[in-house]
Amino acid sequence: MIEISNLTKYYGDLCALDQISLTIEKGNILGLLGPNGAGKTTALRILTGYLSATEGTVTAKGLSVEKDTLEIKKLMGYLPESAPLYQNMLVFDYLNYVADIRGLGTEQKGERIRELSRICGLDEVMHRSIHELSKGYKQRVGLAHAMMSDPEILVLDEPTSGLDPNQIVEIRDIIKEIGKEKTVILSTHILSEVEATCDRVVIINQGKIVADGSTQELKKSSTSEYSLNLVLQGAEEREVREKLAAVGGVTGVEKTAADDGAPIFTLKCDTYRDIRGEIYRAVKQTDWVLLEYKQEAKSLEKIFRELTKEN
Amino acid sequence: MTAAGNLLSIFKREFKVYFISPIAYIVIAIFLILTGWFFFSTFFLYNQAEMRDFFSLLPLIFSFIVPTVTMRLFSEEFTVGSYEILVTLPVTFRDIILGKFLAAVAFVAIMLLPTLSYTISVAFLGELDWGPVIGGYIGAVLLGASFSAVGVFASSLTKNQIIAFIVGMIICMTLTLIDKLLFFLPESLLGFLQYSGAGYHFQNVARGILDSRDLLYFASLIFIALFGAHLIIMERR
Repeated sequence: MIEISNLTKYYGDLCALDQISLTIEKGNILGLLGPNGAGKTTALRILTGYLSATEGTVTAKGLSVEKDTLEIKKLMGYLPESAPLYQNMLVFDYLNYVADIRGLGTEQKGERIRELSRICGLDEVMHRSIHELSKGYKQRVGLAHAMMSDPEILVLDEPTSGLDPNQIVEIRDIIKEIGKEKTVILSTHILSEVEATCDRVVIINQGKIVADGSTQELKKSSTSEYSLNLVLQGAEEREVREKLAAVGGVTGVEKTAADDGAPIFTLKCDTYRDIRGEIYRAVKQTDWVLLEYKQEAKSLEKIFRELTKEN
Repeated sequence: MTAAGNLLSIFKREFKVYFISPIAYIVIAIFLILTGWFFFSTFFLYNQAEMRDFFSLLPLIFSFIVPTVTMRLFSEEFTVGSYEILVTLPVTFRDIILGKFLAAVAFVAIMLLPTLSYTISVAFLGELDWGPVIGGYIGAVLLGASFSAVGVFASSLTKNQIIAFIVGMIICMTLTLIDKLLFFLPESLLGFLQYSGAGYHFQNVARGILDSRDLLYFASLIFIALFGAHLIIMERR
């Protein structure tokens, strides 16, 4: 669907993107992750034809962004970062204007605006001036703007920034719904968002792709260890060490005390195996009482930090 | 939608926006006060029913009124960031520039409308020669359009509206006054400079003579300025 090859962008001497290549399939939700200044926004801007690349090509459905700009723009809906909309227009007038440019017919237009207003929750603000709106509402208007023509490719730069938690969930649901048939590319630095919505994650750091895959794949490939916390009543440290260190995959056992005095045993584990069953069976053989079992989520956050650390 | 449809959408939006903010009304008021004052303060001294004074002052007044109209066209969008949205909608740069340009021209035309009351007043006071008046208004629209094109160009240069205004004003002033400022140059050179000045061509049209050379001059000026804006905007990418 979208083919990005050797994309490089320089701002003067500053290299914002360095030889990025990426193929995005139809019906995928791709999350672009990266620290501030990693080149996420630049990549999206080139993809949507706002900026031109210093080197490299971008094609979508066989059309080149550089040459068939107008056709590409018809395929795409784009929400730039922080939704920079025309300040002094009414929401309705603005959506109407976008619908006109998107080439919606008079009847279709009214229907589509009503539909988007319902989806994005804009009914109350339809006749208010955009500069009066809160950030969240502006973001919603921006989303409605991007979705106006029901585009095949939806490009969203930090779509949920400034929204309240309820709205974030709603918008994610919308994005997931759209992602079933369309291609969605979104950038964010909210990691839980990527886990919740994206089929595929691309992590960029300093203009380069440092990781690419589903969140599951990323977690698997990560070399970091993880740990299990067990609260065991009536267990001796020595015994625990003996029994549980024997479980394959456990590389170390440590005892700490919890707030209420109950002993917590922290098991260090290596990456690949699922040892929950074995731990359970090992505990069952003794007369310890297992009060708590907590697997420290081998979070995307950790992977992200590892990959994007300043070195 | 067709390209013409997009052009029309942009034009309509820009034109509407002028009248949403109070700036439009302020600019029109200032324009009318200036022209009214300069025109009528000497009108009765000459005791002649003609509009010549009004039209002879127009290039100078337009030189700084028109850039106030055009300064926001691109600069404001650069500042707000809405330019990114505009450019990523399926519109061509040509439509964007022409749409904004035509909105400014329409605004200048609206601004000229109330001055028709001067004409009507004068027509009541004496025998008015309509030729120069009609020529004057045609010239005024052509001049307004040319200065609007210059203003669009100036606005495409910067995200600072004040700078856009000053650059636009300097170019328009230069076009208006170039032959008057450089009177000390040799005759042959002066002829060329005079020909390159907007003031000279405007006065020709305002005499009621529609010469293709003058029309060609204005058309070229509009084309060059808009083409310049197009180049600048392409370069921004």
